[in-house]
Amino acid sequence: MGRYLLRRLTFLVVSLALASVVLFVLLRLLPGDPANALTSVGASPDQIAAARHSIGSDRPLPEQFTRWLGQLVRGDLGTSFVSSLPVGPEVTARLDLTLPLTLAAFVLAVVIAVPVGFVAAHKRHTWYGALLSGISQLGMAVPVFWLGMILIALFALNAGWLPSGGFPQDGWDAPAEAVRSLVLPVVTIALVMSASLTRYVRSATLDVVNSDYLRTARALGASLPAAMWRHGLRNASVPVVSVLGIELASTLLGAVVVESVFALPGLGSMLATGIAQHDYPVIQGVLFASTLAVLLIGFVADLVQRIIDPRLRDRLSGVAR
Amino acid sequence: MRLNKPALYTAATTATLALVLTACGGSTTGATGGSWDKNATVDIGSLYEPQNLDNTAGGGQGVTEALNGNVYEGLFRLTDDGKVEKLLAQDYETSADGLTYTFTLRDGVKFHSGEELTSADVKYSLEKVLADDSQSARRSNLEVVKDIATPDARTVEVTLSKRSISFVYNLSYVWIINSQAKDLKTTEDGTGPYTLGKWTRGSALSLNRFAGYWGEAAANKEVVFHYFKDASALNNALLTNAVDVVTSEQSPDALDQFKSNQNYKVNSGNSTTKLLLAFNDKAKPFTDVKVRQAVSAAIDDKKLLESVWGGYGKLIGSMVPPTDPWYEDLTSVDIHDVTKAKKLLAEAGYAKGFSFTLDTPNYDPHPTAAAFIKSQLAKVGITVEINTITPNEWYTKVYKNRDFTATLQEHVNDRDLVWYGNPDFYWGYDNKQVTQWVEQAEEATTTARQNELLKKVNRKTAEDAASDWLYLYPQIVVASTKLSGYPLNGLNSQFYAYDIKKTG
Repeated sequence: MGRYLLRRLTFLVVSLALASVVLFVLLRLLPGDPANALTSVGASPDQIAAARHSIGSDRPLPEQFTRWLGQLVRGDLGTSFVSSLPVGPEVTARLDLTLPLTLAAFVLAVVIAVPVGFVAAHKRHTWYGALLSGISQLGMAVPVFWLGMILIALFALNAGWLPSGGFPQDGWDAPAEAVRSLVLPVVTIALVMSASLTRYVRSATLDVVNSDYLRTARALGASLPAAMWRHGLRNASVPVVSVLGIELASTLLGAVVVESVFALPGLGSMLATGIAQHDYPVIQGVLFASTLAVLLIGFVADLVQRIIDPRLRDRLSGVAR
Repeated sequence: MRLNKPALYTAATTATLALVLTACGGSTTGATGGSWDKNATVDIGSLYEPQNLDNTAGGGQGVTEALNGNVYEGLFRLTDDGKVEKLLAQDYETSADGLTYTFTLRDGVKFHSGEELTSADVKYSLEKVLADDSQSARRSNLEVVKDIATPDARTVEVTLSKRSISFVYNLSYVWIINSQAKDLKTTEDGTGPYTLGKWTRGSALSLNRFAGYWGEAAANKEVVFHYFKDASALNNALLTNAVDVVTSEQSPDALDQFKSNQNYKVNSGNSTTKLLLAFNDKAKPFTDVKVRQAVSAAIDDKKLLESVWGGYGKLIGSMVPPTDPWYEDLTSVDIHDVTKAKKLLAEAGYAKGFSFTLDTPNYDPHPTAAAFIKSQLAKVGITVEINTITPNEWYTKVYKNRDFTATLQEHVNDRDLVWYGNPDFYWGYDNKQVTQWVEQAEEATTTARQNELLKKVNRKTAEDAASDWLYLYPQIVVASTKLSGYPLNGLNSQFYAYDIKKTG
């Protein structure tokens, strides 16, 4: 296990380093000039040059890159070109919203998808099993922004039960208000996420139900639920966990749409603004933080899989016992 | 992740263009009847969040909207009708040669930090705008300032290198900041009726009534600007009473739900934002005045305005909106006439038409306008190829590199006709006579003379079809009927909040 952890850690660091290079280079390939966001129409060439100089975008690329990397190692995400404010604290502040939002949606999606997926598989020959399966299929095709708008129309504009968007200015210092404003966005993400998760849970369950060991268990007299509980669940959860990891990561990255529909000041909206303004430090900062999160999620998912399925421990670490 | 959100790019363009192309304006509504809650909190919804709180460091349109006049004040104030009034300047005198301005400061003005306003602060503030690293949109206009002297604590003497009749007007853009203030990107020290409460980036900015204000106290206790990236999210906030007023409604489709609801009032003011089909007057075939006139005549501006804004907005025949002092109705110069367009084209040697590329910013209303222009010009044999670009690309390709034949762009500033006097401006209009008129107008000794000269510029550029001015945007403020006293024209992106009254 120690060697495995070490290998994973090395992998994490190398991935991050590679990601930082790719990020840096790709951003510089975008057409446009970050100095544009700083200078006004009517700016003289001197002013434009001064703007470039002030943000350092007139320096050679390798120099800019080493500088960024140097800051990164010290835990500094740099300074926004546009606002001249540090990126790091803003990323942290935005995570205060994006992390609870994503995690709550994730948990809710799992709570919906696991039983629904199981029923859809177990009762696939009944009308409601087929219906659940059909709904989940349909749900995968629903765009997040559309569902968000529908929920706003129903529960905020018509019923007036919940706010249509925004987050209290005092943030979590006003906990009740904060929670209220996250209900609709969480439900929106969770519903969309649970649709695809349900499909995975269903097919993983089907694989297990049709497996030899489950048939054996049932032949020995166990009921299906009992056999599932004792032998099946564990096996079914292995592929589901890796899908969960992917879903969680993509929700974190995809929060930009939901944050825009619900006017939430999260990481996604920070990224969107950064991209529109060619504010490289902001884009790099947000994407770097997200990359780190995605890699960590992958790491945890891997670890969980190994705990569930002992066979993986040997295979993944490559150690012959 | 889809990032081609129009509102987002509106914000981006705002950041780049609005600095100078920002409109001027802002008058207040008259109705203040009845009693109101002096301790009310007014929630304002806006699409323009400040980048930072310093208007000489790229704070953008949002910082003007929230802080100008509310937190910071100038020597002069630009009213919502476009008039210039004395504010922190109690009085001023101009020397006979028009080169020296002596300002006397108002007595008893305190900064939010408690320090008294002195002439040193005025000097500091003006120098801040003129500094090499200043990103102030007014820096180039104020470069005529040669020397600033402070003979005593209440007197400021500014000497100009040449006459500048717009000097006082330009001063209305200069915030007077405490010379001892620090961290101006995240904090403030102004003299306005409000102090900065809390700024939560990406979300909201609040202002609190300043007890030590020198003038009449604000009519409300607190103002909170709530920021949105998406216009429909903003409208939803208004519908659910999360905000009381929207500073500038950008989507005509949203208006019906407010017009039909007696809890809201839809106000239509005068903006200074012009939608331009800007030709590159230095690129063929637009070097030929007849071609420009033909294209202008071939496009039915009225139909375009109708389709984009319904019953709102105005037609203009030139770069000058009605709120500029030298306005004249020139819509008759640029009248829709297909026969005339065909004739002009034939005269210019393009009887069979030609084709050109139209560089089009990718956010509303530009794509719609581009498609409309394409279909209109097809009727006179001109083929338009639409090239959709981002605001940032527009700025580099069109504005800086002049690498274009024709483009669409919104120009938001007041008094921006004068750009036609600059042959180096991106559209490349070069007429020695016009350049001279613009220079003479700036050095004029009376505003009457200035108006007279700029009216000539106005007519000449219109006759030359220097650009095709498609229409003037409406300025639509939608508010709860509980509110009164809010600005209607929002000129220069200002939003004076201190007169807003809210009933229980």
